[in-house]
Amino acid sequence: MSNIKHHLTDDILMAYSAGTLPEAFNLMVATHLSLCDTCRAHLASFDAVGGEVLDTPDVDIAMDTASFAATMALIAGGPTEEIKVTRPKGMLPAPLQDYVGGDLDQIRWKPVGLGVKQAILPTSKDASARLLFIPAGAAMPDHGHKGTEMTMVLQGAFQDDDDYFARGDVETADSDHFHTPVADIHEDCICLAVTDAPLEFKGLLPKIAQRFLRI
Amino acid sequence: EDKTKKRLLWVSHLTRIRDNQDKAAFAELYAHFAPRVKGFLIKSGSDASLAEECAQEVMATCWHKAHMFDPSRASVATWIFTIARNRKIDVLRKQRRPEPEELTWGPEEEPDQADVLALQQESELLGRALADLPAAQRDLIQKAYFGDLSHSEIAAETGLPLGTIKSRIRLALERLRHVLK
Ligand SMILES: [Zn+2]
Ligand SMILES: [Zn+2]
Repeated sequence: MSNIKHHLTDDILMAYSAGTLPEAFNLMVATHLSLCDTCRAHLASFDAVGGEVLDTPDVDIAMDTASFAATMALIAGGPTEEIKVTRPKGMLPAPLQDYVGGDLDQIRWKPVGLGVKQAILPTSKDASARLLFIPAGAAMPDHGHKGTEMTMVLQGAFQDDDDYFARGDVETADSDHFHTPVADIHEDCICLAVTDAPLEFKGLLPKIAQRFLRI
Repeated sequence: EDKTKKRLLWVSHLTRIRDNQDKAAFAELYAHFAPRVKGFLIKSGSDASLAEECAQEVMATCWHKAHMFDPSRASVATWIFTIARNRKIDVLRKQRRPEPEELTWGPEEEPDQADVLALQQESELLGRALADLPAAQRDLIQKAYFGDLSHSEIAAETGLPLGTIKSRIRLALERLRHVLK
């Protein structure tokens, strides 16, 4: 199915399984899992740990007396949520299409200078998610991070130091990491990027750009 | 051995709910799991009345989605855990939860009985490995799943330095993985 080389970290997968990640990071994980069977299998093992944690007697707290009857009444009322089974066609995996409202052609890009464009996706405020368009051969400004930043390639590829990231690959960078991802020369690069803290840029010009980028 | 039987029993209960809308099977499943779901939600920061309400909804979802449970991929406890966890994100954290694309596509087949048995036995090994962990490690794993606790918050709560926590969780998971190999 894929040649993905750079995967989600155990910390992130476990937090996704526990349900403690901000929405933007959940979106990143769900998007990667849609393309990656390896991480899907790892997630299954973290979910299995969750199941065993749930199924221990010391977790037990007695239900109210009338609760079984109330539950049967809920059941009689029919399912509350519809079950989605569609797998949309296109470049963007299903979870991202939900946020974009369609495939690549539906993304509302905003130029941020030097040919770079971005589209901020609507998520809860504790972290941010955006799509980035980096022209073939162009570089992101040199920057470090206060929190965790994850970047996943959807189209094209980028190089960061010695590592090469292609479709499905995820780069996870944390606070002590300064870097300059450069898009591959052959194709414009489109990425999903999520952060839980503002990025720190090195130069003055990028600092100004940061205000416009809202990152 | 006995415990694997118990796990297979839950699997057959879900089949009976799916095929026959079997209320007796559901009542037994409910008696076992509803209080655990309620406890899970309370330990995750919910108040008792909201947890009670959510636990009822989670169990009703088990009834309605019984046809989606695949016993060659998860134990019943794991499946219920994922439903409860999603409910927790919806209700307690008030966020959307993006889900990955569905893997299964095309006509559903009954899973192979040998695969079902293997998966349920593996779950039993995992459960035992978790129970056999030193109390401090088991505690941290529970906290990671119940509490909305990041590693650093766990550090603040237990007074343990961050490095120790990260390596303990990693160690515990490695032990669990080792048992499953
Ligand atoms: Zn992966
Ligand atoms: Zn970065």
